[in-house]
Amino acid sequence: MTAYTATVTVRLKHGVLDPEAETTKQALERLGFELEALRSADRFEVDLEADSTAAARERAEDMAERLLANPTIHDYDVEVDER
Amino acid sequence: MTVSIIRFGGSNCDRDAERALTHLGIDAEIVWHEDGLPADTSGIVLPGGFSYGDYLRAGAMAARSPIVSAVREAAADGTPVLGVCNGAQIGCETGLTDGAFTTNESARFQCEHVHLRVERDDTPWTAAYDEGDVIEIPIAHGEGRYEISEQRLTELENDGRVLFRYCDENGESSADANPNGSKHNIAGILGERETVAVLMPHPERATLPDVGPTDGQGVLRGFETA
Repeated sequence: MTAYTATVTVRLKHGVLDPEAETTKQALERLGFELEALRSADRFEVDLEADSTAAARERAEDMAERLLANPTIHDYDVEVDER
Repeated sequence: MTVSIIRFGGSNCDRDAERALTHLGIDAEIVWHEDGLPADTSGIVLPGGFSYGDYLRAGAMAARSPIVSAVREAAADGTPVLGVCNGAQIGCETGLTDGAFTTNESARFQCEHVHLRVERDDTPWTAAYDEGDVIEIPIAHGEGRYEISEQRLTELENDGRVLFRYCDENGESSADANPNGSKHNIAGILGERETVAVLMPHPERATLPDVGPTDGQGVLRGFETA
């Protein structure tokens, strides 16, 4: 077994309105920053032990499918690193 | 035969639902989610509130509670299930109903009376109304914007699964009358069986005559007719 950290990033699908990001963008603009757009995402760092990188990835993807992301509104990606 | 109102950690409309149902002469009891679904359950309310602090997403944690398997089985067997507000979010998170309720377009919590247009009158939840009726019911949510893919939305609409739409007092459904940016002004939808319904507005808060309009009574009477 090897120790891994799986990083799951969950973001809204393209085209799904993100009012919190829009509000944050407006606040940045009030502070005088210039920007075109802002997107927010949730990032989960999962420490786990698995037989291989592939097995760690599979488990983290399962976590994303079943809880961390809502497939109706979210896309997600998973990165796996040894730790 | 009793309607089970499932209390999760952070539910806060469970007692409102119990009082409203009892007022209508419908036997109801609050059930702690860890205690499982009572054998004599004749209906299920997923009540409003802020289960598990809306951690991760509103309804996400409650939707993975062990009792939800029993709710899903009961729903598949035809037991009427009504999800209100946080219960609607839970219903979508469990997959009992399609789509998702997420952050209001305003990015604010909104607590106000709204008008709803009854889209169908041939379901248990709307048998007390006529199609096109306008009813007044309060909302109180920060995450009530109904989101779903365009393709799935079309399918739901073609299948007649939209139960209520936000509208003005004359029954005109429009962006102006939509408090949260929901797709196609949708306030409530049906599950695969029409005995399963979720809606963001609170019928249990529009049932007792002492606290204002009673237009929500018809929705709760669905437990009698289902």
